[in-house]
Amino acid sequence: MSNLALNLNNVSIHYPHFDLKNVNLKLESGSIMGLIGPNGAGKSTTIRILMGLLLPDSGDVEVLGYNMLTDADKARWDIGYASEDLRLYEKMSIGWHMQFIKDMFPKWDDTYAMDLLTKFDLKPELKIKGLSHGQRVKASLLLILARRPKLLVLDEPTTGLDPVARMETLNEMMEILRDEDRSIIFSSHNTADIEQLSDQITFIDRGHVVNSNDKESFIESWRRIRVSIPDNVNTSQLQHMVENHNNFHTDVLLTNHYSNDLMTQWKSFGIEINSIEAMTLEEIFLAEVTSSRKIVKQETVL
Amino acid sequence: MNPVFILSQKDSRPMYLQIIEQIKNKIAVGDWSQGHKLPSIRELAISLRVSVITVKRAYQDLENEQVIYTQQGKGSYVADGENMGIKLKQQELDDLLINVLKTAKILGMTEQEITQRIHSLQKNKSINEQGEGYE
Repeated sequence: MSNLALNLNNVSIHYPHFDLKNVNLKLESGSIMGLIGPNGAGKSTTIRILMGLLLPDSGDVEVLGYNMLTDADKARWDIGYASEDLRLYEKMSIGWHMQFIKDMFPKWDDTYAMDLLTKFDLKPELKIKGLSHGQRVKASLLLILARRPKLLVLDEPTTGLDPVARMETLNEMMEILRDEDRSIIFSSHNTADIEQLSDQITFIDRGHVVNSNDKESFIESWRRIRVSIPDNVNTSQLQHMVENHNNFHTDVLLTNHYSNDLMTQWKSFGIEINSIEAMTLEEIFLAEVTSSRKIVKQETVL
Repeated sequence: MNPVFILSQKDSRPMYLQIIEQIKNKIAVGDWSQGHKLPSIRELAISLRVSVITVKRAYQDLENEQVIYTQQGKGSYVADGENMGIKLKQQELDDLLINVLKTAKILGMTEQEITQRIHSLQKNKSINEQGEGYE
């Protein structure tokens, strides 16, 4: 068995108004992947494909070693999926739901479930219809975590949570990784959460994967560089210069191939480097999307 | 369990650099001495709530700098070495001085002018001490 929790190869799906094209994703067991993308980029479609809820038109989908095109039923026991639209019975209590899931899933862990009730400050007798948004999110998380799934798929787990509930959620996500066989893939609009927790990061825009890499590589390769440029130098000559914000005497350049050698090379054009700044994941995401859209545009023009 | 140290959310540096700094600081002040066993990568990641790969990166850099060493399957330890704490503090000073030199270069200051500046700052030591730690 491979030690990849997720392996998507050239996955495509076509809809009348939306295409997901050649998605490739790999995630090693024991790690967390964060999915970032604007609304409508294809995050939820990707998630539904890897859950086996949607069949792609082409490509291979392997989750926890199972081929999701043929063996999705076997894999589902080990996948826990939580999203905002998770259906809970409004009239029933948290405790009723716990019993309901327990009856279906033999791996249900009672001790862990009780522990989570305390940690999340929830009571079994509370009815779903009376819960706040944060309590609902925590209740559905509890129902999924106590099944001890090997892969956790979380769609926007921290959206709309107050700071305390958000911290509790992030804490529990990290606790899961104590076990090296368990993995998480989650999407979020909060790039700070993704930057903090993820080992692997995937940017999705307009139906394709803009980039997927380990987080440290992203952080390592992108830099914002403030420079002074002599009049006779054209910045388009510079290698690996992705964006240029011109501002009279100083320019702010972005690169996605930062290294000392690159800086030496730039300096050889007579450029003076005033400062080199690391970028946040949000800034990197925006720069990646901007440059990918430019490339797509150029290709369409050609 | 309390985390071994706390990272700043407002620090603009990459997180692995903060982890490196915090660990070096633990060693410099003597909390962690020679041969002290570091938390495992996964353990530290969970307690700091940062990704495993970030802590791995920090440990790798510390290993390359020979501040720590790793025994396969056992864990990572603070490296032996005479006066590691002092060496780390000296390195910290060097890093600060390099930044001083960079800024001085922009201002076109000579080495002598920098020294004079340090002297005059020392004279105002009482003021400095009051302001210490508050930027």
